[in-house]
Amino acid sequence: MTDGTMQAQSPSGGTETDPAVLMEIRNVSLRFGGVRALSDVSFDIREGEIRAIIGPNGAGKSSMLNVINGFYHPQEGEIWFRGKRRPPMKPHGIARHGIARTFQNIALFRGMSTLDNIMTGRITLMKPNLLSHALWWGWAEREETLHREKVERIIDFLEIQSIRKTPVGRLPYGLQKRVELGRALAAEPALLLLDEPMAGMNVEEKEDMSRFILDVNEEFSTTIALIEHDMGVVMDLSDRVVVMDYGRKIADGSPEEVRGNQDVIDAYLGVPH
Amino acid sequence: MQWQEGACPGAARRPNWGTEVGDRIRIMRNSETEHRAETVPDLLLRNAARYPDSPANREKEFGIWQSWTWSEVAANTRELALGLIELGISRGDHVAVIGRNRPHLYWSMVAVQMAGAVPVPVYQDAVADEMAYVLEHSEARFAVAGDQEQVDKVIEIQDRLPRLERIIYLDPRGLRKYDHTRLTSLSDLQGTGRNAGEETRAELGRRTEEISGDSTCVMLYTSGTTGNPKGVVLSHGNIVSASRSSAEFDGLRARDSALAYLPMAWVGDFIFSIGQAYWTGFCVNCPESADTMMADLREIGPSYYFAPPRIFEAMLTQIIIRMEDAGWLKRRMFNHFMAHARRVGPTLMSGGGVGLHDRIWYALGDLLVYGPLRNALGFSRIRVGYTAGEAIGPEIFDFYRSLGVNLKQLYGQTEASVFITQQPDGEVRADTVGVPSPGVEVRIDDSGEVLYRSPGTFIEYYRNPESTASTKDPEGWVATGDAGYFEKGTGHLRIIDRAKDVGRMGDGSLFAPKYVENKLKFHSNILEAVVFGAGRDSCVAFINIDLNAVGNWAERNGIPYSSYQELAAHPRVHEVIAGHVRETNRSLAGDEMLSGCQISRFVILHKELDADDGELTRTRKVRRRIIEEKFGDLVDALYGDDEEIFTETEVTYEDGRKGTISATLKICDMAVEIPAERMAAQ
Repeated sequence: MTDGTMQAQSPSGGTETDPAVLMEIRNVSLRFGGVRALSDVSFDIREGEIRAIIGPNGAGKSSMLNVINGFYHPQEGEIWFRGKRRPPMKPHGIARHGIARTFQNIALFRGMSTLDNIMTGRITLMKPNLLSHALWWGWAEREETLHREKVERIIDFLEIQSIRKTPVGRLPYGLQKRVELGRALAAEPALLLLDEPMAGMNVEEKEDMSRFILDVNEEFSTTIALIEHDMGVVMDLSDRVVVMDYGRKIADGSPEEVRGNQDVIDAYLGVPH
Repeated sequence: MQWQEGACPGAARRPNWGTEVGDRIRIMRNSETEHRAETVPDLLLRNAARYPDSPANREKEFGIWQSWTWSEVAANTRELALGLIELGISRGDHVAVIGRNRPHLYWSMVAVQMAGAVPVPVYQDAVADEMAYVLEHSEARFAVAGDQEQVDKVIEIQDRLPRLERIIYLDPRGLRKYDHTRLTSLSDLQGTGRNAGEETRAELGRRTEEISGDSTCVMLYTSGTTGNPKGVVLSHGNIVSASRSSAEFDGLRARDSALAYLPMAWVGDFIFSIGQAYWTGFCVNCPESADTMMADLREIGPSYYFAPPRIFEAMLTQIIIRMEDAGWLKRRMFNHFMAHARRVGPTLMSGGGVGLHDRIWYALGDLLVYGPLRNALGFSRIRVGYTAGEAIGPEIFDFYRSLGVNLKQLYGQTEASVFITQQPDGEVRADTVGVPSPGVEVRIDDSGEVLYRSPGTFIEYYRNPESTASTKDPEGWVATGDAGYFEKGTGHLRIIDRAKDVGRMGDGSLFAPKYVENKLKFHSNILEAVVFGAGRDSCVAFINIDLNAVGNWAERNGIPYSSYQELAAHPRVHEVIAGHVRETNRSLAGDEMLSGCQISRFVILHKELDADDGELTRTRKVRRRIIEEKFGDLVDALYGDDEEIFTETEVTYEDGRKGTISATLKICDMAVEIPAERMAAQ
């Protein structure tokens, strides 16, 4: 596709988007020097759905997630969020706009307790006041109570009461992943990005995590976009799936549609080029 | 005492039960003698009047202890009862209650009673099949489930339950998208009750008034080491009288507090968390989750505590493991003062005479070791602690007593509303189970079986007249199925074993497997043991190692392992266990009657015995016959000459799926000591 057609599709004045669509990725291309990580990728994420992004190693899935949460700025294309075109922003700005994420290789504060880690998820929602916070008096105390209550609900929801005060570094991998999910949830995101939430887990841990993802989606009506390698999990969990290969989108649809798509089968099994 | 709408002035104007309680309180304060205390709902009403603002229940949720006073509990329970009537519950219906210990589930049991129906608590860890049997047999019309997991199980088996009409759930998480034609949330039920009309209120008044001491209070399914579980029907009279006399026996009072963490389907929990709590008005605390039990125990610091021996064993194992990891100073202090405590502690506890020097040294130990240790365990405030269900190792028992914890033993069963014998303060020993509880008559029949008769004796087994007749004779004597005898001089009862398990060996000497198994299990490295030998010339044993204790030992000795199976198969683990078996044999050799029960060969099993595989009961008692059948190849090998055996076993995972594990097991030969007198005779 040429640049010309791309501009034609997205006039800078901004067109209306489907109200059921929370985020729309329009013709995004991302290059690192001469390497094209993403080539002209378009798809949307609807309000309240679980959207999976799958593909073989190096397909550009994590780059896509990093574009969505503002860590990378694509050279071409647009991102529409809640019906508005999003200007280039820093990740913390995007976090304030209601997008939270977890990481492929857990990024928690290892020396801090589960509770404190999840509390950090609420930082963007706090309204600090230097004097009050220095003395932990008045507003600061009330604010902490308020946020603690929200965090306790998440702890209860994720069934991690028994590790509330345990330093995260001491926890097994599966539980650390759960704490990370808790921290992302604490930000009360409209869109939750999960980067391989089940990588390195055993079957039982995967079952637990799947259940939590479904429950988050149902209970908090959180829209979820996730990257995952375990096909069984993806097909069971998601409402719609985007398949990528070599930085391009090769299929998009319901799990059943994607499963039968010849391009997808080729990408996963490999065909001579 | 009347319990009718309109009896209270202003009841018509005030739909809120809380204010009605207020009115009732005034009425009752005017005429204290009018208290009827025949049934559990009577006691609830009495407590709401007597201790309206004292805590009745606490539960840790969202990191904070939430509490409910007796008047709040009464109000909530009544709303639930009204809701149940609106839902169409009839007199005599059975309502299954499935879930972990939570105040709302306790209230729903009492609400069911108020509505004239019968609660049937079910083991929450039961797999769907087991649950199906209980729900089918009890013909439950309603089921109250704690959370999604339990709701799923009931839905899975509902095709087999034509009588089941509705599932009521407590925790709504994950259930939003479920088909709600047969589902109701507990809070909705309570809301319906709150808004119930006059007619329903009058109906509830009539129903609650109708129930008496003879009405069924609860139906509890005994796990049973053989065959299907039996539904034990207990009346309000049974529960109230057993609770009253046992509470008086130990001087329980309203200021006491207890932690409810044992399965709700177990008679002990019903007696402690409802019977005794309602009789005395003490506060029942529910932990945040099963995993936080130990931390919650420490925060609550109960004054009345109950645990089966395995919990005390697990705690002791934890202490030993942590002390082994501690610095040398702490370790030496611990060892020194624990040695002193073992010597004088139990005597001090029983009020015996101890020299001044020992007393001072004990007080110092209390300051440095015993006190902090009790605090770490959550035992700082314990006045009365009980262990029951299984024999407890004398070392474990004495350990806690020497720390200053008033741990005692009792002997009981579901059919007796728990209490048969108890140990009075000052007469506590590890090897007896105490004297008959107040109001209980105990005798030993000719075959050595223990029989009892008491006000707590059950009414019948539900829909099972044959079993009722074979257990309870027309005069009300109930056969316990346990063999025992009264000790001369002290009048304390000693239990030997299950009567049907006590047998003879090939040479005619006495065989008491449980006795030997307990001796083995007193070693912290051995979690479970099963001994065979009836009708044979020698005894053999299956052993399960304790993964915590042996795992820690392995870590300290640089032995790598990845699973239970791998650790259990390690040659050095075999050496350790062989050492324990040798010690057990030595101790048995000194026993006149049971010297024939020494273990000649044993095998460490490749899997942990598990209730999900039917090898243990839900209360973790060994199901001997099933194990013997299932591991028949191993028993044969133990009585053969082979040094190894290859075996395959089917296992059930927690979600009900099945798989097999296979292993080649090493069989260890042990030396059997010939007792001194027999040697002399030869």
